[in-house]
Amino acid sequence: MEPNKYSAETEAIIKNYTTLNLGPTHPATHGIFQNILTMDGEIVVDAEQTVGYIHRAFEKIAERRTWYQITTLTDRLNYCSSPINNIGYQLAVEKLFGVETNKRIDYMRVIIMELARIADHLICNSVIGVDTGALTGFLYVMQEREKIYDIFEDICGARLTTNIGRLGGFERDFAPETIQKIKDFIKGYPKVLAEFEKLLMRNRIFMDRTIKVGPISAERATAYGFSGPNLRAAGVDYDVRVSTPYSSYNDFDFIIPTGTQGDTYDRFCVREAEMWESLKIIKQAVDNLPEGKPYVDVPEIVLPPKEEVYSKMEPLIWHFKVVMGEVNTPVGEVYSAVEGGNGELGFYIVSDGGRTPYRLHFRRPCFIYYQAYPEMIRGGMLSDAIITMSSMNIIAGELDA
Amino acid sequence: MLQKDDIISKLKETFASAILAVEDPDGIATFTIASESIIPVTQFLREQLGFNFLTDLCGIHYPDQELPLGVIYHLHNFQENVRVRLKAFVPGENPSIATATDLFPAANWMERETFDFYGIIFEGHPNLKRILNVEYMDYYPMRKEYPLEDPTRHDKEDQFFGR
Repeated sequence: MEPNKYSAETEAIIKNYTTLNLGPTHPATHGIFQNILTMDGEIVVDAEQTVGYIHRAFEKIAERRTWYQITTLTDRLNYCSSPINNIGYQLAVEKLFGVETNKRIDYMRVIIMELARIADHLICNSVIGVDTGALTGFLYVMQEREKIYDIFEDICGARLTTNIGRLGGFERDFAPETIQKIKDFIKGYPKVLAEFEKLLMRNRIFMDRTIKVGPISAERATAYGFSGPNLRAAGVDYDVRVSTPYSSYNDFDFIIPTGTQGDTYDRFCVREAEMWESLKIIKQAVDNLPEGKPYVDVPEIVLPPKEEVYSKMEPLIWHFKVVMGEVNTPVGEVYSAVEGGNGELGFYIVSDGGRTPYRLHFRRPCFIYYQAYPEMIRGGMLSDAIITMSSMNIIAGELDA
Repeated sequence: MLQKDDIISKLKETFASAILAVEDPDGIATFTIASESIIPVTQFLREQLGFNFLTDLCGIHYPDQELPLGVIYHLHNFQENVRVRLKAFVPGENPSIATATDLFPAANWMERETFDFYGIIFEGHPNLKRILNVEYMDYYPMRKEYPLEDPTRHDKEDQFFGR
């Protein structure tokens, strides 16, 4: 601070400010990021953020990897809903290659993405509960997330970092047991979600803790590049699933819930409402799952079946070409976005026709909107700052890429 | 309805000399803008054509070009649901471009990230320092002259399939 910048009175106030380190590893931040808070008693005066603690240079690594090897990197962005990242990346590459997928692939993807959205929102919303002192809901809904992860395990073999599906579809179709598991989930989940809502939504303590906490206006939220539930809570009905429908989202009937205040309570309510909508979409997709092959017939990006690789010449050649990345990639650039768990997850690919992307940029929603955090918590209590952070659904992996 | 062609003709009308190229690679109108005019163009798009959302801002490096470093902006108009992409290229020596933080607060960290990885200086940025990398790093890692692999390693050389 420069000398003589403030009057003596202001100086005296500033002298009484304390500096508080929130993070990097603080249990309430749910991830590794640091906030240096300037506090006046228990009131937050200012915050300075430090990010990048788990930066892993994904964009640089991607410039050395062939197209199908990059999906595993996207797992580690928003690890609460990695299937959305995987499928979002696959859609971007398919757009670059000009591949059209059939309805069955689209519907399978929609089911997976909506399940992932439920898992993501469940974590975020129940963690708001934890940070306001209600651990019960968190442990209760964990059981449901477990069922979603079981479905993912059935489909791709992994639970958290899923690497689900392939470029151009899926390596295999859903097993009948998987479809049964999804149907069971649709049947059992509404009861749990309703109970969870009953626990928090009209709970006086919870409402007192969250209403008018960490608010942001629609105008500021748009200027700060908010997207996803956080933007919708502020009253802007922008959803990539509707504005730029991908993967046949225009076949489904669902609404975009919005809030009005843009505060923690609205963000919570928007996510709750979205989970009901996701459930509606999954139900429609499972009931109307079309027939068809689970992968497209494009040899450039889809590995041929193994038994053909061992017995026929052409599939053997294509197998090698795909694995070594020696396929003809179109020259061009695409921007493709999906509605991720916490906002517009974009993939900007520049291809020069080589075996790897020339440039791959991830538009990571929480990296962009987390910069509004100091503005949102200024003037509030420390405990409000903590629930504001958990209600923004900031995932360290996505923040730092 | 604001159509892609309207945007192209309106921009060409207003900034005839600043627009160096117009393309349409993936359904998004893409303009290459002279780097000194990037802020007037962005401001025009924001204030006259309603592009009020900065979707993305990132850097790119083409070492063989005369102006090797580039900044790429993606803007979105929510009401009309159209996107545009702007590109501005700057020289490799002392690369600098005006900041967009006055128009879009969201540009703050995205510009810091671009500075961090490509070394592009955003003139007038309120807090231009590294964001994801450590502060004592003395190079810009996303530039193409920094290969990912250790250049002294020869065990990974692939003379048949390598690029």
